[in-house]
Amino acid sequence: MASPTPLQAFSSIPKETEPRNGENSVAPGEPMTGAQALIRSLEDLGVSVVFGLPGGQILPAFDAITPETKFRFVLTRQEQAAGQAAEGYALSTGRVGVCLVTSGPGATNMVTPIAEATMDSVPLVIITGQVAADAIGTDAFQESDIMGITYPIVKHSYLVTNAQDIPRVLTEAYYIAQSGRPGPVLIDLTKTAQTQSMQYSWPQKMILPGYKPTTKAHGHMLQDAAELLTTAQRPLLYAGGGAARAQASRQLTQLAQLINAPVVTTLAARGVIADGDEHTLGMPGMHGSVAANGAIQACDVLVAIGARFDDRVTGDLEHFAPHAKVVHIDIDPAEIGKNRRVDVPIVGDVAQVLDDLNEEIPQVRERVESADLAPWWRRIHDWQSAYPTSYESAPNGQIEPQWAVQEIARLAAPDSIWVTGVGQHQMWASQFIDFERPSSFISSCGLATMGYGLPAAIGSAVGAADTHPVWLIDGDGGFQVSSEELATARQEGLPLKIAILNNSAYGMIRQWQDLFYNGHHSQTDLGDGDEDSASETSATNSHAAAAKDNRTHAVPDFVKLAQAYDCVGLRASSKEETTAAIEQALAINDRPVLIDLRVWKDAKVWPMVPPGASNSEIIYQPGITPLADQSEQR
Amino acid sequence: MAQYYGIRPGSQPHTLSVLVENRPGVLARVTGLFARRSFNIDSLSVSSTERPDISRITVTAYADPDPLEQIIKQLNKLLHVLKIVELDPDQAVERELVLIKVKANERTRSDVLEIVKLFRVRVVDVHPETLTIEATGAQGKLDALMGLLAPFGVVELVRSGAVAVTRGPKALSEKVPGTEIGEFMNR
Repeated sequence: MASPTPLQAFSSIPKETEPRNGENSVAPGEPMTGAQALIRSLEDLGVSVVFGLPGGQILPAFDAITPETKFRFVLTRQEQAAGQAAEGYALSTGRVGVCLVTSGPGATNMVTPIAEATMDSVPLVIITGQVAADAIGTDAFQESDIMGITYPIVKHSYLVTNAQDIPRVLTEAYYIAQSGRPGPVLIDLTKTAQTQSMQYSWPQKMILPGYKPTTKAHGHMLQDAAELLTTAQRPLLYAGGGAARAQASRQLTQLAQLINAPVVTTLAARGVIADGDEHTLGMPGMHGSVAANGAIQACDVLVAIGARFDDRVTGDLEHFAPHAKVVHIDIDPAEIGKNRRVDVPIVGDVAQVLDDLNEEIPQVRERVESADLAPWWRRIHDWQSAYPTSYESAPNGQIEPQWAVQEIARLAAPDSIWVTGVGQHQMWASQFIDFERPSSFISSCGLATMGYGLPAAIGSAVGAADTHPVWLIDGDGGFQVSSEELATARQEGLPLKIAILNNSAYGMIRQWQDLFYNGHHSQTDLGDGDEDSASETSATNSHAAAAKDNRTHAVPDFVKLAQAYDCVGLRASSKEETTAAIEQALAINDRPVLIDLRVWKDAKVWPMVPPGASNSEIIYQPGITPLADQSEQR
Repeated sequence: MAQYYGIRPGSQPHTLSVLVENRPGVLARVTGLFARRSFNIDSLSVSSTERPDISRITVTAYADPDPLEQIIKQLNKLLHVLKIVELDPDQAVERELVLIKVKANERTRSDVLEIVKLFRVRVVDVHPETLTIEATGAQGKLDALMGLLAPFGVVELVRSGAVAVTRGPKALSEKVPGTEIGEFMNR
């Protein structure tokens, strides 16, 4: 065995790509090419769906996909959509999402989904084609250094130059993606490795000396946490995406009941505890409920459960939960203490830790007097009754988008999976739909990518495999980012229900322009919803005047767009039409249905914590700041 | 909690020894992490070690406890990182090599040589206008030397970055199990 070259750490590819074990000693196994080994490895890992798009440098791998291949291949129209579909699949099923794309532009199109998967801790394995090993570094046709490009956003990555390594690398990548804090793992697969011969054997031994995720809490941390919670007068559970990833729904609900504590669920954790549960206060943070934010600002013990104190939740960190002792449960040690000092740090798998904590609490109760939570709940109920989720009425009988969301939720099957894009509609979906099951709300939370909705809905529908209807609630802006995927949805025969809350604008940006930029609607008017939107554009310059002539009708016509993809397109401009359209959509089950809902343009997302402000400064409706005196109160 | 990762007055110097697998691209991951988390480092040196499958990166940085803790945790998340130890200055030997090209004509040369002798360092190149000095030692000694040479005019200066080992009979790599890296170069 040759010793490695000194300072391999510097270079990006190994100095030699030939098998290091001499030409005579052949590894035992079944002879095949690297490309065949890739497909076999995916089958042996139990992968049932792969998303992607073929291309030049990944051709051998695609050639190895045959009618006998055991997984379903979902062909999307753009690599970014393949990545997002894989995310939707992973989030709805709890399994690893797998993508297979080509080199160069195919690989760079995966950057956004990889960044999303890192932000939202989604288990993904991304296999990208790469030019031949001896062409690396020569700026060859369709070469991009995707390893280098993605270093900051992957959980881990591999450059494979040797076919013999493929089964082991796949085994490791699959394990890394779903264990510990889930995340994206990139495998950059050179054409050399795809075409080389190798000896296939399974299972493979993993070699990961530097990777040992902690799952169980150690020491007296559980005791400390249990004591804090038992004696707390104003406890609060703050559940984040980690609770969803750990599938800790049962444990979280049990804990809430055990100590009778209120729970707030972040955008990534909606549904982890049922919204119908009396302990649930809804979403905290920038667009959270008054009760959720009031409880955060007033609590004396805050238990963060797979949550990372994201700035959208905390508002001004200095004034976040000012009176609280913090228990932080997370599988990623780096999250603990990153943004907020922690009194009881617990590193471990959320489900495992909560199970242990739920056992610990009754034992502590035998020794320690439990606090009386009645005054705490009285305060919370006061907030809930005084400041329920509500919305402003639209003028002249236009559709309020919030009402439309509620109407869809009222008519849709209770076991539906809800997928959203990013923007106002996303917040309204979170606020106005009651999620009763975990994994029933799928959204791009951390990176917040417009265009995420349709691909993620496709992935969810593929994962849900006819067991749950999938509803996509999207905006007119975001839908246009990835509308080409209607082709994928149609060809895969997915009966998606798509509701576009069409306000003819980039609504969330427009809302900020109204609130913080004196109503200067710079470049947020889309002209795809209201026929006379041209009047929005003040004709102060000749460009605008010229544009005005072209703005007499909506572009695109979403109904025709749906029809062009052989989907059903419906439109609604009044509440009656909306109800009728939803009912019509529910009756169609052989193809996607798109409803273009022409909603009131000036609807805003309330409540809102202004950017940079403390959660205590939450604005319930314009002019109403119910928690403004919170900071003085204890 | 302040999230300022730069060097501030009062920040303490720290030395981290990072054991990594000797694999392609590891250094890129480590240095990229410092950049991504906007962590200012003072010096970084990397080399192979007594074990062919392990490289050792020595990082020195002025940092406050919180950012330092965060960067150690983030480093630990890299799969190729096997062990990170912050060295206690009292329990470690730290050395750095510097090459200094300093102005020295016939009038000032003997003064410069006097300083060279005082510090027990070596002259490695002589020119009618300059002397090149090689100096090895701890940070403090090198700083003092450079302070004394500065008035003569430093033409060029290069430092190797610090390397350090703990005192006593133990090796850091003892805590790292056999990694069997030799056979598998593709990772």
